[in-house]
Amino acid sequence: MTVPTSNELVKPTATTDPGAGVTVELAAVSRWYGNVVAINDVTLTVGPGVTGLLGPNGAGKTTLLHMMAGFLDPSQGTVLVGGQPSWRNPDVYSTLGLVTERESMPGYLTAWQFVRASAKLHRLSDPDAAARRALAVVELGDAVDRRISTYSKGMRQRARVAAALVHDPSVLLLDEPFNGMDPRQRLHMMDLLHRMAGAGRTILFSSHILEEVEQLSGTVQVIVAGRLAASGDYRHIRRLMTNRPHTFLINSSADRQLAAVLMTQESVSGVELGANGLQVRANDFGMFTRAVAKVARAEGIRLTGVMPSDESLENVFSYLVGQS
Amino acid sequence: MNLTIAGMTFQALLGRRRALLLLPMPVLLIGLTLIGHLTGAHVSTWGPIVLGQLGLGVILPLTALIVGSSVLGLEIEDGTITHILAKPLPRSEIVLAKLAVAWAVTTVATAVPLAAAGAIAGGAALAAGVGIGGAVGALAYSSAFLALSLLTRRPVGMGLLYIILWENLLVSFVSGARVLSVREYSTVLARGISGSDALPALDLAPMAAALLAAAFVIGGTVLATSRLRSFRLTGETS
Repeated sequence: MTVPTSNELVKPTATTDPGAGVTVELAAVSRWYGNVVAINDVTLTVGPGVTGLLGPNGAGKTTLLHMMAGFLDPSQGTVLVGGQPSWRNPDVYSTLGLVTERESMPGYLTAWQFVRASAKLHRLSDPDAAARRALAVVELGDAVDRRISTYSKGMRQRARVAAALVHDPSVLLLDEPFNGMDPRQRLHMMDLLHRMAGAGRTILFSSHILEEVEQLSGTVQVIVAGRLAASGDYRHIRRLMTNRPHTFLINSSADRQLAAVLMTQESVSGVELGANGLQVRANDFGMFTRAVAKVARAEGIRLTGVMPSDESLENVFSYLVGQS
Repeated sequence: MNLTIAGMTFQALLGRRRALLLLPMPVLLIGLTLIGHLTGAHVSTWGPIVLGQLGLGVILPLTALIVGSSVLGLEIEDGTITHILAKPLPRSEIVLAKLAVAWAVTTVATAVPLAAAGAIAGGAALAAGVGIGGAVGALAYSSAFLALSLLTRRPVGMGLLYIILWENLLVSFVSGARVLSVREYSTVLARGISGSDALPALDLAPMAAALLAAAFVIGGTVLATSRLRSFRLTGETS
């Protein structure tokens, strides 16, 4: 089979995009499993455009996406897609597309058969044309006629995206869509999501990687330990992240002397002399990193190591929780 | 009937190695029937064992268990169920398509060989009896095991418990247990239709067996649909 070029795809006109402007709304949503709380009182609205759902592993991103997609009932609160509840309501799938994190697919089908079957299950009037259009979007090329079992991880992901797009949904939910993709595929997927958002669709994708969210979306919802830790413009959140206090581990030729000098610096809020070096708490990342080299040189101290000791994503996120 | 779902289910079912498990049992059934027939002994001496106990009592439920627990159970296990569920389809349509495939495959793998064995053993009437009894049993078992695959993560284990403990053990001690035994329904119907003593005599009346089988089918389908409507995706939270 032949597929059209990827430019006849993501249709930006109002007439071809009947459900544009559909929002996903969560009101005071909680979800628990036994006595474990997975999602705790989350209220958020996702509107047209690309929104990143950011959070460390285990934060509850997948639980949240599953509730939005009608694959999990909230223990409390309401989840609405386009004003309709998504739980026990299959009609919602005529406006919703979902790409789950689990990459299982019927390997005995070709991508063409798989996407075409999706189009038929959506009862589209011309399933062949819809399947061709969706496959063109993800640019699988000649591989569309090969069995999915022979595909790489990235190819499977694209076939799954094509199947989720086949009915031209107004809302697209993607769980960790960039996992296992190479840099070129990532760029391609990001470009695709941008174009779809440009056509008025509501796109929500989850990620635990800050940079992915930074490149793709202006709006971010940060989830930490089941709670909404931050919400809004990415630049604002980025600023919160860079302005937070940082801890550094410093090794030098004269730790004690350096500790004394560092305490005179405005950007330093505390110093501790430890067995493996100096633990320095800085309240301004930028000022401190500029100052430390300057004072060491002025004092004739040789720096042998300056390492940020709390740069893990979890630390960044837990700081955000404290701020929210 | 949703032919897209049925088609994909057929492909998934027959493309797996598990499908090979279906082959030896009909061969064994027809082989044993031929041996019984060639010995010249009257069919009433070996028929109840080969056609009744082995055919309707073991081969039919085991085949239905393998097939019925697979049509939806394997998709739930590997997560591909989301591809079908994320569509604006009534859940009953999904269940009915799955049930139709399970029934068709089980019937071809059991009721057809049973009819062939019946024809060898006692002619057209016996063939019709075990064939129809087998097909009705196949539908009732398929419906039950399909529902079981939505009720438990171990449908094969639970199904085996039903076949071994309920249908083979409990029924012989507690006569009331036969009211909920598909094996009883299929055997009673096969004997009632064929009028042959090549099948064991049981207490249940054929009409009661037919009605109970229908209740089994409807109950299983309604239960499966209701469970599918509230299907929760779990086990992969991050």
